[in-house]
Amino acid sequence: MEEFVQQLTNGLAVGSIYALIALGYTMVYGVLKLINFAHGDLFTLGAYLGLTLLTSFSLQDKMGPLAAVGLLAIMVMGLVALIGALLDRVAYKPLRDSPRLSAVVSALGASIFLQNTVMLIYGARFRVYPQDILPRTVIDFFGMPIPLMRILILLVSLAMMVALYTFIQKTRIGTAIRAAAIDQGAARLMGINVDRVILIVFMVGPALGGAAGLMVGLYYGQINFTMGWVYGLKAFTAAILGGIGNIPGAMLGGLLLGVMEALGAAYISIAWKDAIAFMVLILILIVRPKGILGERVAEKI
Amino acid sequence: MMALLDLNGVTKTFGGLTAVGDVSFTVEEGSVVGLIGPNGAGKTTVFNLITGNYVPNSGSILFEGRELSGMATNKIVSSGIARTFQTIRLFQKMSVVENVLAGCHCRMKSGIFSAMLRTPSQRREELAALELAMRELAFVGLAHQAENLAANLSYGNQRLLEIARALATGPKLIILDEPAGGMNPQETDQLVALIAKLKERGITVLLIEHDMSLVMRACEKLVVLEYGIKIAEGKPDAVKTDPRVIEAYLGTD
Amino acid sequence: MMTKKKGLAAIGVLIFATFPLWMKYVRPDDVRYWVDVINNVGLYAILALSLNVILGDAGMYNMGHAAFYAVGAYTGAILNTQLGVPILLALPVAGITAGIFSAIIARPVIHLRGDYLLIVTVGVGEILRIALINDVFGITGGPNGIFGIARPEFFGFKIKRPDHFFYLIWGFAALTLFLFNRLKQSRFGRALDYLREDAVAAEGSGINTDRYRLLAFLLGATWAGMTGSLFAAKMTIISPESFSFWESVVIFMIVILGGSGNMAGVILGTFIVIALPEVFRDFASARMLIFGLAMMVMMVFRTQGLLPPKPRKFNLPKLAEEGE
Repeated sequence: MEEFVQQLTNGLAVGSIYALIALGYTMVYGVLKLINFAHGDLFTLGAYLGLTLLTSFSLQDKMGPLAAVGLLAIMVMGLVALIGALLDRVAYKPLRDSPRLSAVVSALGASIFLQNTVMLIYGARFRVYPQDILPRTVIDFFGMPIPLMRILILLVSLAMMVALYTFIQKTRIGTAIRAAAIDQGAARLMGINVDRVILIVFMVGPALGGAAGLMVGLYYGQINFTMGWVYGLKAFTAAILGGIGNIPGAMLGGLLLGVMEALGAAYISIAWKDAIAFMVLILILIVRPKGILGERVAEKI
Repeated sequence: MMALLDLNGVTKTFGGLTAVGDVSFTVEEGSVVGLIGPNGAGKTTVFNLITGNYVPNSGSILFEGRELSGMATNKIVSSGIARTFQTIRLFQKMSVVENVLAGCHCRMKSGIFSAMLRTPSQRREELAALELAMRELAFVGLAHQAENLAANLSYGNQRLLEIARALATGPKLIILDEPAGGMNPQETDQLVALIAKLKERGITVLLIEHDMSLVMRACEKLVVLEYGIKIAEGKPDAVKTDPRVIEAYLGTD
Repeated sequence: MMTKKKGLAAIGVLIFATFPLWMKYVRPDDVRYWVDVINNVGLYAILALSLNVILGDAGMYNMGHAAFYAVGAYTGAILNTQLGVPILLALPVAGITAGIFSAIIARPVIHLRGDYLLIVTVGVGEILRIALINDVFGITGGPNGIFGIARPEFFGFKIKRPDHFFYLIWGFAALTLFLFNRLKQSRFGRALDYLREDAVAAEGSGINTDRYRLLAFLLGATWAGMTGSLFAAKMTIISPESFSFWESVVIFMIVILGGSGNMAGVILGTFIVIALPEVFRDFASARMLIFGLAMMVMMVFRTQGLLPPKPRKFNLPKLAEEGE
């Protein structure tokens, strides 16, 4: 029982990180019908920027640990959001009217470029996060010790997701995003500035991805320049699992995938852990490509 | 006598929307039939059902007495139905003759190995296909454009090229989706003559067209759809005066 | 004009074919190294040509090509080390095994749109690599791989030095070019072009698009599998490391940068991606950065790659005049 609860909470924490990254894929896909392959590398950038800011300002000495991490998160999210917007300008905007697959190649190129930029700046080895930022508190949960960090990650991610959902559902900009996702042309005719919608999407998604990168650094303590691919692919799987283009779907898919992976690693085989997500991905694309919550529109001939 | 094409109670819905509801009509061998109706009446959907791009929810589509629904599009084409598209779908970046060779494909046999070994029969087949393609281009009057890129043809000529490609599949029935779309009056006249030449060749024609002068001149029988339902069928003169058809086209006060 | 071009091409081929002979005098100290670099270019060239059938001709975004390469390499290595089959005899078996593997994989996912297919093929490559590491059938040697693969023999002549391999690898590359060029000029080659340009129109013209999608995978994977066997013979050791996701990315990049659909472009792309970083070794660590950037720039300014395919030429019969 304890093993199960440990794995479940671990899976939920990792899953909420997948969910945060998945939101970026799903939002961009919703509006542009493009898989932003470079999104995973924006997540990596978040982790490395977090490390740099943390070590160069020693924020945790000047304020409390929680305030330091909060400020850090805001800075990382802001920076990654800017890089996301820049990425769109450079790699995708010139290709809006090109065949869709040109943008896919450009996205791959951008991913390779970002990943290697990180490698050239920070080196190819694993980098270690300072270990003493957040207290390694363990909480007693019905007699079972659960690390506070896990609960924090889950709670913060959920809070961000709820905030995003409210933003999309209740604000004017959110309505514009939803309209652009349904029909860009019609949204434009209704006076919605679609370019601005795309820009916002390319800032909000990467901001959440950057936050996820920071969380991974804090949770696991070490980061690597290639981790964006693995997390990116898993988060993408989560987005597909929940139904791509669908925001609650990305959250559901992320949590589900995290739990499946953790339980699969514990009860089936740890050696196959990384294969689980890919198997889920292939199965879902064959059996139900629209995902759990998604809907698909017939393509016009 | 059995009709060449026989639609019986064909229904297709998308989500909750009925695009085609219980439509039945026949196309007799050697005839020219027009499928008309206001925009959004479901005409192209009927074509897509015949060519296997969509599968009907119910009803049957018989071609020479064989059920088509559920068959793959390429099988339907090789069984003798060729089509053109409302929104021109040529291989734009390829030459005109290569476009027609696409139609020859289903009448050829050579595979990977005979192509790698370049066997005599493969070479004969390639040559025969090229000759057939040129003949069909000449038939629609585009032979002199053979090496031009499809994208460089005028709109009207692109429509003709689609017909040549369809003819290269050796069809018994050719279905044309708005063949006069984007054509000027002279081109439309030539198209009427071309349809007559198709009939002479023994090819049955089913077409969708908005240009009423063309429909009245070219077709022997009309089928009228409105909101996915057949509202009239018969000789062009009779259909023209049918009050339900007039109402569908002009509305009532 | 035409003969002059052909003469130049013949001279070029001759210069290239004697590369191991004259390199001895140009770089006496590290001739083996440079011949080995060109051998690697040869292997990647064949791999990229085989991916080109799937990606360039049929337009299917396969980024798991290293998986088929791996299946071929492992099949060849296992046949050789376990059953003592000479590696060159194992080569066609390796190809067919990789082909069958690809058909099984591709069958259910072939309808997926370009970017989804790309992700799925990445996934297949990773699952295969994890399976190899986990020694899934007990015959792949786990993370250490398989070693002791015998050198190939060609009618009693033992192929072991880099210059021997130069002729084996580039001979196979030349054969590949010859056969694939014939395919390009055939019903099969045209069918892939139609499929890539507009699958709906191709199907509507009577082409069984599913069949050709599958055939493209089958042919590309078979060739990659045979190349895998050549690789195993050259290295004598193979391990899952050699078939990582990055191998697939590199092969993909070669096709896209060189000119998808054009074999001359693919060869040029291979030299640029594989040989050039060896010449400018100071930049070797930045090579992926540069190529990534090149992919982005290329899509904006030259979508079809450095050498895009040229339209086919036909010996049009005199029928043309009858038309008007």
